Amino acid sequence: MENRDIAIDVKNAVKRYGTFTALKQISLSIADNEFFTLLGPSGCGKTTLLRMIAGFEDVTEGTIHLYGEEIANLPPNKRPVNTVFQNYALFPHMDVLENVAFGLEMRGWSKRDAKAKAGQMLELVQLTQFAKRKPAQLSGGQQQRVALARALAPEPKVLLLDEPLSALDLKLRKAMQLELKHLQRETGITFIFVTHDQEEALTMSDRIAVMSAGELQQLGTAREIYETPRNTFVADFIGETNLLEVSVDKIAEGRATCHLGGGHELTCNAVEGINVGAKVRMSLRPERLFISDAATESESLKGRVVENIFAGTDITTIVDLAEGPNFSVRTSNSDRGNRRIFEPGNDVFVNMEHGAARLLID
Amino acid sequence: MASGAASGGSANTDTYEEARSWLLLPAWVTLVALSLIPVLLMLVYSFLTKEFRGGVIWEFSLAAYDQFFFDRGLFGDDPATLEWTYITIFWRSIWQAGAATLLSLLIGFPTAYFIATRPETSRPIWVFLVTIPYWVNLLIRTVSMKFLLRDQGPLNDLLIGLGLIDSPLHMVNTNFAVQLGLFYSYLPFMVLPIYAAVERYNFALSEAAADLYASKWTTLRRVLLPSVKPGVIAGCILVFVPSLGAFLAPDLLGGAKNFMIGSLIEEQFKGNAGNWPFGAAASMILLTMVLIILMIFARQQARAEREV
Repeated sequence: MENRDIAIDVKNAVKRYGTFTALKQISLSIADNEFFTLLGPSGCGKTTLLRMIAGFEDVTEGTIHLYGEEIANLPPNKRPVNTVFQNYALFPHMDVLENVAFGLEMRGWSKRDAKAKAGQMLELVQLTQFAKRKPAQLSGGQQQRVALARALAPEPKVLLLDEPLSALDLKLRKAMQLELKHLQRETGITFIFVTHDQEEALTMSDRIAVMSAGELQQLGTAREIYETPRNTFVADFIGETNLLEVSVDKIAEGRATCHLGGGHELTCNAVEGINVGAKVRMSLRPERLFISDAATESESLKGRVVENIFAGTDITTIVDLAEGPNFSVRTSNSDRGNRRIFEPGNDVFVNMEHGAARLLID
Repeated sequence: MASGAASGGSANTDTYEEARSWLLLPAWVTLVALSLIPVLLMLVYSFLTKEFRGGVIWEFSLAAYDQFFFDRGLFGDDPATLEWTYITIFWRSIWQAGAATLLSLLIGFPTAYFIATRPETSRPIWVFLVTIPYWVNLLIRTVSMKFLLRDQGPLNDLLIGLGLIDSPLHMVNTNFAVQLGLFYSYLPFMVLPIYAAVERYNFALSEAAADLYASKWTTLRRVLLPSVKPGVIAGCILVFVPSLGAFLAPDLLGGAKNFMIGSLIEEQFKGNAGNWPFGAAASMILLTMVLIILMIFARQQARAEREV
């Protein structure tokens, strides 16, 4: 009973294909009723981990527990988890209702009960009028919802979603993101969602595990990952950022004083694991910077405007720094009254909000 | 303006249509020359009178069909009763061809599945291996099989050597030998279409079935088989139809007891003892049967393809 609130507990999971290691010692716990996202670029091992939980890949080393029960050696049809596949994998020869009823029938429900329950599931995803259609007669978004209904019908303990929205166009994807989030709340089922789309992950998840090269890079809420990225990979993969090479001179009272190549000083919050003398990178999000024609305080860097890029809701200004690389500074268009847009060629100062700078471990 | 554009469009379409029908000409010539004319010739011959040294006399007669279906006694003046000899041969042929098709399916399906699930680079090698025996003439292969199956042949030697049997099994001139011969002759025609279907199969469907608590057997029965049904039906047609008319395997491996339609027809056109109109009539009856069976299969096929 002690593990009751942990839905999935992965301990030291390793996956090797011959000499290639797809997953290097992953450990993570997913809480009951959580919307958990595995995020990373293709080939990072996120789908492999999901398939190991589903039972399609065996575990080379380590254990996987589902509500306290070891499942790493169970075949997929013996695991009370269901999957929404990337390309839906709907049975083409069955109609929508038969597709949704399939899992229930396999669990021993009578045909009649299974169809009745499948009908309820179709109601939940608003596809009742398409019950008699074949999957090929549905649009991508509708197929997606059938796949969801089919996977949810047997009331799995955990629902696994393998990039389920990647085949949809942008508008539909946004609508489905909300719908998924609502479904998760309504059903109370733990969702494990795999995606390479950081925006999708930020919008939907309770917690996100960022993965790269078979390793867990950072685990936390969307806000934690975005605002306090642990390393360069996370800072760069989630959103946009500016990176500066700095040396740490002094750490006192939770603040670190660093200097740039040209000697300019900057202070920011200290990070555990980064000591005096370390040469590390600093991440500065473009939307937390602003441009002025005079230095405000010590936290400003001299540069010259290269160009302005208009992108609807905001304007990105590229500034060539005197002591570093090109920087992006984002100004919201709703802020136009307060912020001046400088023309290319203007000498300016790039200023940062307090707490905008973040030191990265590697 | 608008009507001008529309007529221009239709003129273009006409040109394409014409070009297309001209390109089909060689195919039509071949079909008519090699398929339609011989069949019409057969149809005409089946209604002619037989010449005793082989060949026909150009005189209309229903004798060939009458001989096939009715027994009128030795002198031809008894009241007509149903003639069972040829109907039995036909029935045996259907049964033999059906059994050979089933055997091919049982062996061919796992083979095709095995090949289709190999890595993409090695699949052509496996397909090549399946076709290798067919580089040797069918007659030679069938005769070789007779040698293998003989009472003093290698298969019996092997079985006796292993201590499985004490005295040689009599295999030549049995139903078993005919079926083995048919199976061996037409197996690739079962393997190749099923292989093509399984190769196109989306294996994520099998994963989805397993994910939804289906056992391996249920997945095969309810998901894989319905998905590759068109390939299975094509394979069955390609084995059943030639097996039905085969004469090499029944002739060489079956002996007189296991006479099949193919042999019956072949005999009517061989040497002086033949009866051309009767052979032609038997061919027409066989053709009619095959067409009926094909139509049943084709309907199944169309339904299977609509479903996939």
